[in-house]
Amino acid sequence: MTTPVNVDWSAITRDPRFQSLHRRKTSFLWGMMAVAVLYFLMLPVGAAYFQDLFKIKVWGVVNVGLLFALSEFVVTLCIAILYSRKASSDFDVIAAEIAADFANRSAPAGERRADRGVGA
Amino acid sequence: MTQPLKKWSAAALFAVAALAARTACAQTPGDTDYRWLTFAVFAVIILITMYVTYLAAKRVRSASDFYTAGGGVSGFQNGWAIAGDYLSAASFLGIAGLIALYGYDGFMYSVGFLVAYITVLLLIAEPCRNIGRYTLADILAYRNDPQKTRVVGALSVIAVSTFYLTAQMVGGGVLVKTLIGINYETSVACVGVLMLSYVLFGGMIATTWVQIIKAVLLVCASLVIVALVWAPYGFSFPAFLQDIVVDPRVQSRVATLLGDPAKNMSALELGQRFLEPGLYFKAPIDQISLGLALIFGTAGLPHILMRFFTVRTALQARRSVVWAMAIIGGFYLLTLFLGFGAAHAVGPANIAAVDAGGNMAAPLLAQFIGGGPNSLFGNFMLAFVSAVAFATIVAVVAGLVLASASAIAHDLYVGVFRAGKPVTPEGQVRAARVATLIVGALSIGIGIGAKGQNVAVLVGLAFAVAASANFPCVLLTLYWKRCNTGGIVAGMLVGTIAAVGLTLVSPNLTYPKAVKAAAHKVLDGEAAKRAAASEALGSADNDVVAKAKKDLAALDKAVTKAKADIDKWGDSTTSFMGLEEPLIQMKNPGIFSIPLGFLAVLIGSLLFRDRRAEAMWDEVYVRQNTGLLVSKSTAH
Repeated sequence: MTTPVNVDWSAITRDPRFQSLHRRKTSFLWGMMAVAVLYFLMLPVGAAYFQDLFKIKVWGVVNVGLLFALSEFVVTLCIAILYSRKASSDFDVIAAEIAADFANRSAPAGERRADRGVGA
Repeated sequence: MTQPLKKWSAAALFAVAALAARTACAQTPGDTDYRWLTFAVFAVIILITMYVTYLAAKRVRSASDFYTAGGGVSGFQNGWAIAGDYLSAASFLGIAGLIALYGYDGFMYSVGFLVAYITVLLLIAEPCRNIGRYTLADILAYRNDPQKTRVVGALSVIAVSTFYLTAQMVGGGVLVKTLIGINYETSVACVGVLMLSYVLFGGMIATTWVQIIKAVLLVCASLVIVALVWAPYGFSFPAFLQDIVVDPRVQSRVATLLGDPAKNMSALELGQRFLEPGLYFKAPIDQISLGLALIFGTAGLPHILMRFFTVRTALQARRSVVWAMAIIGGFYLLTLFLGFGAAHAVGPANIAAVDAGGNMAAPLLAQFIGGGPNSLFGNFMLAFVSAVAFATIVAVVAGLVLASASAIAHDLYVGVFRAGKPVTPEGQVRAARVATLIVGALSIGIGIGAKGQNVAVLVGLAFAVAASANFPCVLLTLYWKRCNTGGIVAGMLVGTIAAVGLTLVSPNLTYPKAVKAAAHKVLDGEAAKRAAASEALGSADNDVVAKAKKDLAALDKAVTKAKADIDKWGDSTTSFMGLEEPLIQMKNPGIFSIPLGFLAVLIGSLLFRDRRAEAMWDEVYVRQNTGLLVSKSTAH
C-alpha cells in the first residue's frame, strides 16, 4: 500500500513533543465533544420536559425554545471555528515539526520534501 | 475513453434525453401551458452535469481517480460536495415539509443534522484521511486482520447504503412522479440511468462535481425563495413569525393536531402553539434516541466518510468539514423560513393534501412566491425547484452507489477474493465499473420492487446501523490501543443486528391488528357522525352548513380508506415479523443499539488478544496525528 519506509513509530511516541501534543489534543477534542453533545441533548430534553420554559415569549412572538434552537447553530459553528483555529495555529505546527523531523531521519533523500509538505 | 464506453455513454445520453422528453409531455402540477419551461430547466441542468461527466471521464484512469478523484479535490470544493451528498431530498424537502406541517418540532430535526458534523470534525475526518485510502474498511483493515475486517466492514457498508439507497430511490420515484407527472417506474429508471452514467464514466470526479453543482443550485434556490418570503417583513424575524401566529390556516392546523385540548384555546394561543414543541414528537425518549443516532450515525455513513479520501491532507479534510458545516447550517436556517413561509403562503392543509409527508411544501412555496400557478415566473420557480430536487436525488444516489461499489470492488474483490494475487490498475478500475453497474441495476430493481412500501423507516435504520456498528468500530480502532480484529467483527455484527432487530420489532412496521382496529373504529362511529352532520346541514347558519359539508366529505374519505385497509389486511393479524403488536415502543433503536455496539467492540477486543493490532498501535496513532507518510498513499 505504501512505499516501505522505515519510520521508528515507537520512537515518535516516546518523543516528549508528541506526548504533549497527544495529551493536549485529547483533552481538547473530547472536552469539545462533550460540550457539543450535552448542549445538543439539552434541546430534546428541554422540548420534552421544560415546555413551560420553552414557551416563554421574549421577542414578540419569538419564544425561548426558538432562540435555544437557534443558539444550537451558533454554538456548533463556534466549536467548529474554535477547533479549526486551535488546530492550525497549534496542533498542526507541532505535528508538522515532528513529522518533518522523523521523516528526515528515516526516509530516503528523494522523498523528504513530499513528506514535509504534508503536515504544513 | 475506449470505443465501447463511448457507445455506452451515447446510449445512456439518448435514454435520458428520451425520458426527459417524455417528462415534458406529461402532466405537471403547474399550468400545462408551461410544460416547455419544466422541460427547458430540466434539460439545462442535465446537460450541464452530463458535460461535466464527459470532461471527468477523460481523467479517470486509475482506481484512485475512480474512488477518490485522485485525491485532487480542495477543502472548499469538498465542503460543497459533502453538503451536496448530505442534503438529500429527505432533508431538503422533508424538513421544510415537517416545519410547514408541525412547526417547531420540524426545526429540531435540522439541529441534529448539523450537530452531527461536530463528531465528524473532531473525531473522524482527519484521522480517516491519514489512515484510510478508498473505503471505510481500509481504516478497519489497517491494524486488524485485513480479510476479516474487510468482509464485515464491506457488509455493513453495503447494508447501510442499501437501506439509504432504497429510501432515496422510492422517495425519488414518488417525488419525480408528483413533481412532473410521469409514472413511478419511469421516474425510478430515469434517476437510475442518469446516476449510472455519472458514476460509471466519471467515477468520483463526476460525482463530486454533480454534488457541488447540486449544492450550489439548492442554496441559490433557497436563498431566492427566502429573500422573497422574508422581504415584505423588512427582514424582521418577530414580524415574520407574528404573521404565522395570526394565520387562520395555521391555527386550524394546530387545532386538528391537538384534538380535544384545543377546544379551550383562543385562536392566538393556537397560532402560538405552532412555535412551541410537542406537535410532532410525542415520546421524549424517541426524540433523544433519534438525536443520538443522527449525531453519531453521520460519522459512520460510508458515502460521507469516503468524501474525506478525496482531499490530500488532514488540513484539507478539516477545511472541508468546516465549509460543509457553514453550508449545511446556513441551509437548515433557511428551512425555518421555507417551512413557516409555506405554512403561511400555501396553508398546511393544502400542503398535506398534495403529499401527506409535506414533501411538496418547498416546491409549492416556490410557485406561490413566483406569482402563483398561472404566472410565468411562478412556474419557472416550480420547475427550477423541481429540477433541483431531481438533481438532489441523483447526486445523493450517485454517492451511495459509489460507496457500495467501492466496498464490493475494492474490499471484497481486490482485498479478499484476490488477496495475494494483485489486481492490475486497469483491472481495479474495471472491477469498480462492473460493481457500479451491478449496484446501479440492483438499485433500480429495488426501487421499482419497493413501490408503495413505507420506506421512511429505512433512513432512520441507515443512521441507526451507521451509529451502532460503523461508528464504534471506526472510533475505537482509531483511539483505543487494545482494539483489535475480534472487537471489530463483534462490534459490526452486534451493532448491525441490534439496530436492525430492534427496528423490526418497533412500532415502525405495520401491525394489521392495530390498523384494522382503527378502521373498525372509524366504521363504528360513521352512523353517529353522519347523523350529526345531516342535522347540521339543515341549519340556517351558512358557516355551520359549510362545516357540515366539509365534515361529510372527510367522513366519506375516512370510511373509504378504512374499508380499503380492512380488505387489504384481510385475515392477517401479525406484522411482517409475525408479531401482533410491537415488542418495544421505541421508534428509533439508537439509545440501546449504540451502547451495545460499543460494548461488543470492547468485549470482543478483550476476549481475542491480537498482538499485531497492538504492535501497530504506535504507527496508527502517530500517523493519524501527524499525517506522516500520507502523501505516499495518495500520490500516483
